[in-house]
Amino acid sequence: MDYSQFLTMKQELGLLVVFLLVFLYDTFMPGRTQKGLPVVTTVLMLLLTVAGFCPCCLGSGSDVMAFSGMYETSPVISAIKNILNIGVVIVLLQSIRWANSDAMAMRRGEFYELLLVTLFGMYLMISSRHFLMFIIGLESASLPLAAMTALNKGSQESHEAAGKYILTAVFSSAIFMMGLSFVYGLTGSLYFSNIYVAIASEMNMMLVCAVAFVIAGIGFKLSLVPFHLWTADVYQGAPTSVTSYLSVISKGATAFAFMAVMAQVFGTVYSRVWEWMLYALIILTITVGNLFAIRQRNMKRFLAFSSISQAGYIMLGIIAYNTMGVAAMMYYILVYIFSNLAAFGVIGAIENATGRVSMDDYRGLYKTNPRLSFAMMLAMFSLAGIPPFAGFFSKFFIFTGALNQGSVAIYVLVLIALINTIVSLYYYLLVVKAMFISEDDCVIPTFRSAFSERLGLWITVAGIIFLGLVSCIYSGLLTLTADSALSLFFA
Amino acid sequence: MESTLPILILAIPLTMFLLLGIAGCKMSHKLAGFLGIAGMGTTLVLSYITALTYFFGPEFIGADGLREQVTVFNWEWLAFTENLVISLGFFLDPISAMMLIVITTISFMVHLYSLGYMEGERGFQRYYAFLSLFSFSMLGLVVATNIFQMYIFWELVGASSYLLIGFYYRLHSAVSASKKAFIVTRFADLGFLIGILVLSYYTQTFDFVKMTSDPSWVLASTGGATFMGASVLTWALVLIFTGGMGKSAMMPLHIWLPDAMEGPTPVSALIHAATMVVAGVFLVARMFPVYMMEGSATMIIVVVGAVTAFYAAMVACAQIDIKRILAFSTISQIAFMMVSLGVASEGHGEVAHHGLGYMASMFHLFTHAMFKALLFLGAGALIHAVHSNNYTAMGGLRKYMPITHWTFLIGCLAIAGIPPFSGFFSKDEILAACYAWSPFIGVWMSMVAALTAFYMFRMYYLVFWWNEPHYHHTPHDAPLSMNIPLLFLAAVSCVAGFIPFGHFVTWNRMPYDIHIELPVAISSVVVALVAIALARHMYIKENPLPAKMKAALPRLWDWCHHRFYWDELYMFITHRIIFNGICRPLAWFDRHIIDGTMDSFATVTNKASEAIRPLQSGQVQMYVWYYLIGALLLAGVTAVCVL
Repeated sequence: MDYSQFLTMKQELGLLVVFLLVFLYDTFMPGRTQKGLPVVTTVLMLLLTVAGFCPCCLGSGSDVMAFSGMYETSPVISAIKNILNIGVVIVLLQSIRWANSDAMAMRRGEFYELLLVTLFGMYLMISSRHFLMFIIGLESASLPLAAMTALNKGSQESHEAAGKYILTAVFSSAIFMMGLSFVYGLTGSLYFSNIYVAIASEMNMMLVCAVAFVIAGIGFKLSLVPFHLWTADVYQGAPTSVTSYLSVISKGATAFAFMAVMAQVFGTVYSRVWEWMLYALIILTITVGNLFAIRQRNMKRFLAFSSISQAGYIMLGIIAYNTMGVAAMMYYILVYIFSNLAAFGVIGAIENATGRVSMDDYRGLYKTNPRLSFAMMLAMFSLAGIPPFAGFFSKFFIFTGALNQGSVAIYVLVLIALINTIVSLYYYLLVVKAMFISEDDCVIPTFRSAFSERLGLWITVAGIIFLGLVSCIYSGLLTLTADSALSLFFA
Repeated sequence: MESTLPILILAIPLTMFLLLGIAGCKMSHKLAGFLGIAGMGTTLVLSYITALTYFFGPEFIGADGLREQVTVFNWEWLAFTENLVISLGFFLDPISAMMLIVITTISFMVHLYSLGYMEGERGFQRYYAFLSLFSFSMLGLVVATNIFQMYIFWELVGASSYLLIGFYYRLHSAVSASKKAFIVTRFADLGFLIGILVLSYYTQTFDFVKMTSDPSWVLASTGGATFMGASVLTWALVLIFTGGMGKSAMMPLHIWLPDAMEGPTPVSALIHAATMVVAGVFLVARMFPVYMMEGSATMIIVVVGAVTAFYAAMVACAQIDIKRILAFSTISQIAFMMVSLGVASEGHGEVAHHGLGYMASMFHLFTHAMFKALLFLGAGALIHAVHSNNYTAMGGLRKYMPITHWTFLIGCLAIAGIPPFSGFFSKDEILAACYAWSPFIGVWMSMVAALTAFYMFRMYYLVFWWNEPHYHHTPHDAPLSMNIPLLFLAAVSCVAGFIPFGHFVTWNRMPYDIHIELPVAISSVVVALVAIALARHMYIKENPLPAKMKAALPRLWDWCHHRFYWDELYMFITHRIIFNGICRPLAWFDRHIIDGTMDSFATVTNKASEAIRPLQSGQVQMYVWYYLIGALLLAGVTAVCVL
């Protein structure tokens, strides 16, 4: 075996180093320096993120396969990993205060280690070109999350959420594996490239079931309707930092991996098999997510449903089935990371300071905490897609990408998605209305949030304002995907 | 050219706006003012360096003797299609370099002047923040590399003008004036936008260089398409000109400018006299090679300009408020520039008289900016001293305010076109271009020039001579920070005429020697002197002559005094016809049909949301069931459909 292949896994190795350093710090550093762990992790992660943009990490600019074709890296893949890294840094930044609270004293290390492990799993998931490796990635990105959900040891809800999560996750893994076994049965291989060729001529029940089960398995992680039911309970029960991680990083990574699987494994049966499946799932996801979001009063539950419908919009980038769709999807994920983390940042700050998470508690927040309200408002505007904030541009690009596919059905789909944005505007504005217009007797008093929380919010707010205006990001992604080997699959 | 300086030219005012806008309320007035002045001062220096390097640097003269156009930088911002790209950049050519000088000079003078004029006002920091925003927008407008960037900054300029007109937002008149300005110019900008879209639809580009370097290609790209009897290109150009008419207050869209005088006087000097209102002229100048292709479009420009010039001059003769007089004079002078641009073209792609009109128009833009800002700032000093805008409250002020008096006199002489002041030179070129194009237009514009001299000196004598009313406290000259700009601008107005302007700014960027056309020059000076003599005879001291004149021509006085009832006409059209005939039925439709549809949409959504609630039961067994059913249905339905 040629060990130099490991050098192609620069980002994974870097993450491994970060993980080991965190682990060693947690294990061997004396008790009184333990409070430094969150900051150390954040800084290490920041370094990794910066390193990810170095020319040496971006590689030669072409696709590289390693480990007999099980692992692939390319500029596009590095880019999505970098996007995830940025999100992780912000999540870590926002979690510092919570991780340093007394309740977390014994479990501080666990949070960071588990988080880094799941991130490693996501990296593998994105890069793998063989289903065995994909499953390892998927599971290591999935199982530790159950433990993270249960980190709030004192809370009944947290335990319940973790229980529900692990049960449904295991079930969905079973379905996913069943789909894979069908695939193996059909083609005799688990390599993406082999399957891609082998199923081109197949057209039978087994193939349809295989595709459906694979979609169901990954759709679980993306919380596509009807595989989404765990989402709200878990988002509500998990600690806010874990929820924000789940809702943006886990979702973003899975969405990209999903795209890779659909294009590189089932690409040949796009129009025959799964195009219509995804139409149905997208419509269901966006609509049902919205309909549920309307009624929520708990902010975390509310964002859970909002993130379900956002996942539906992300799927538009996959159904577009062209490089523009992929670029738009990556851009959407980036913007979504910033918008959603801004919202979670505010929720986390308020929860840490006062312990209140209901939308009713937010009434009159503008009077007492104008800056937090402002950040929340921008987050809501961006999620709803109001210009000139980043969310508008990401929606615009993903709709354009989808429309470029050109069929009549996609026009109908985009129309439905557009109508749904109106519904979503309603519930996003409910939050703004509560903060700015409604009055209440027991308004959350003015408080000063921690420096790390404020820094996180400044970054996300800056992202919301500028990501849309700095056009080179999207056009960069566009050229990146158009030049990549991925484009061959969309020919 | 290095792109650092140009970036800073735009970045500094923007930063100042953000700084003063966000942190201004925590600063003292003094600090905010000094920050604003320092920011603008730096921008001034950088702009001068950039413009002077451009004008005097030999590297900018091409091999063919033409001054080169330089795109310093051009960032792609939004790509609609491969060709149709909105970029944000910095474009340097003779007119944008000249505008850099004009804008930063006037803006700096106004910044300085405001320190004294606005002293102690509520919202002083906000005022400086808005001034910076305006300077940023105006600079961005003139250096635009493409018509869409220009449009973006065009709107920003409009917005900052709106903010500054309504600066005294507690005054009802200021609020309605700002609203009026915004609505009227926005309305015109709609035409501008449609024009841009039509033009870019056919040419597939927004870029100025592409459009102006080969205008016959623009003509060809429309493929001879026509709409309602006129060619598409004419439509596009006329629509774009509509935007210019709105900003430059050409008839019939001039109604906002006199009301805009509700803003602080330095703002009127900066925005509503020297810079923003000439944006329309600048726009036509920027697109001049394209306008040249369409004779009917330039014809419209000439007619609109000529009518507006005469109308505004007539109205200015019968106003009482000195700022309104200056406002109408501004309208009239901008119309001069428009006419001059129009007469620079023969139509059909031929330039008239070596493009003399173009050069003259830009020259007049330059000199007018200086002396009109001077006049406005002088008027500000007067208002500061007597606390009234009306000349009836003034008189005999020459004794009390010598500096204001002399500088104001220089401004009046300049605008009246008396040598050696700057206005003489530029106006003479305009008149020469007009006579060369058509003797009728020449005579017409000479008449307007005579009226100009008359109403300016009418105001001058009424304010500084006439008889002295009873002053509550003795008026005196303004503080130093207000006098410096007056003296500086007066000095510029004395010497600016001697700038060999043709060497720097010409339509094809080929240097060109200005020569005074003696017959035109002598006749126009004589006419102006006669007009001044008449004004002197009527207004130098209190006498019954003006009242007699008024009594002899009551109808004419009424019409001029009421601005030919344009505002009333607009009121009638909007309130009676548009509100009743169009808005009411629309409102009904909105309330009943649209709201009804929306309400039922909301109800259905709400019902559906209620109906699917049981799905989220909280029981994990059910979750798994739904999951399984979902996966099987997905497979089953697809299998049924495709197999």
